[in-house]
Amino acid sequence: MTLLAGGTDLMVDLNFGRKRPEHVVAIDRVPELAHLERNGHVRMGAGVTYTRMLAEDVGSAALREAARTVGSPQIRNVGTLGGNVATSSPAGDTLPVLAALDAVVVLRSKQGERRVPFAHFMTGPKKNVRRADELVIGAEWDDAGPAQTFMKAGTRNAMVIAIAGLALVVDRSRKRVGVGLGSCGPTILRASQAEGFAAAIFEAHGWDRHLTPSEAELKEFGRLVATAARPIDDVRGTAAYRRHVLAVMGERALSRVWSMT
Amino acid sequence: MRLRLQVNGSQREAEAREHESLLTVLRERLGLWGSKNACEQGECGSCSVLIDGDLVCACLVLAGAAQGRDVRTVEDLAAGEHLHPVQRAFVDAGAVQCGFCTPGFIVATAALLRDNPEPSDAEIREALSGNICRCTGYGKILEAVHRSAAQGYTS
Repeated sequence: MTLLAGGTDLMVDLNFGRKRPEHVVAIDRVPELAHLERNGHVRMGAGVTYTRMLAEDVGSAALREAARTVGSPQIRNVGTLGGNVATSSPAGDTLPVLAALDAVVVLRSKQGERRVPFAHFMTGPKKNVRRADELVIGAEWDDAGPAQTFMKAGTRNAMVIAIAGLALVVDRSRKRVGVGLGSCGPTILRASQAEGFAAAIFEAHGWDRHLTPSEAELKEFGRLVATAARPIDDVRGTAAYRRHVLAVMGERALSRVWSMT
Repeated sequence: MRLRLQVNGSQREAEAREHESLLTVLRERLGLWGSKNACEQGECGSCSVLIDGDLVCACLVLAGAAQGRDVRTVEDLAAGEHLHPVQRAFVDAGAVQCGFCTPGFIVATAALLRDNPEPSDAEIREALSGNICRCTGYGKILEAVHRSAAQGYTS
């Protein structure tokens, strides 16, 4: 049985004859999957579209930025969080954000609910721990505040599959830094050394203060981000370019969120 | 499967084969050839239609999943021989070259102006970013959208 949400991935496979599922169940009109709650803790249903992420307060600025880079209006009107999560492409634009937020993927089957930290959800390109009898019903995360951003490198602003993507979350109240990297490894990667490096700087200067990072600190952060990547050469870019662009994006992301409180 | 849906304001029925897209049903069963079939992967926007008011690529809609929905194609815009203001603006601006992408651009423009009657250049570029013109006539297309907006067009 194959599940159909927005159709932006599955329909391409059907149109090109790459998949011929015997049964397709369309879940795009299940209202229970379209819920969105936030009161310090965000619960987003799998059926929330990218367009809704842009139109509504979704409790993550980085997620909104990521949603805006997805495809085109036509794609954003139908594509969903749940589709992005369940498809588990390393280039899925919302996924580095979920990683950086330490989000939890919520799965449900007739046996009940299962909550899997995003870090343990994806196991390879388009592979994850969802069982055949389970449905991704949504994702949850703690509202991490305003200091967060998403960046994506590609050949144009619209309709582009990321050559590399990066989400940075500085949760000042919980005193944690999250860095999620997309399109530069078999799964979404966390740049844990870069996270530790940035956390130590915030720890030293005070988590709740505006700070101006030194050039050397920014450079080092970017370097540590790039070393976390496990990129390959492919049609979209080379491994060397991916490492380069991740270092640049890391540096820019940190300088962007540094003053956000 | 037997598909029943609203197309351009009329109740229609059509046979949809397994794995077939709404675009195929519109073109091959219902004789609505305005929505063009090109990339079949949602990249080009030539098959743009409105479903329940939302701009979507008909090639990415599984026909069976469109059961009961309200579909509006480019054919819904003109009133007989009388062109819709967006169509008129595209003609007047010379925004049509080979014409293949035009229906998609017209549907996307109508959807944009419905929601944002006075878009800026940047807003137009973003709203039409899912439509590709291989003749690269974007300058004239941008002009056509401004002309439509200037005519005070609202859906």
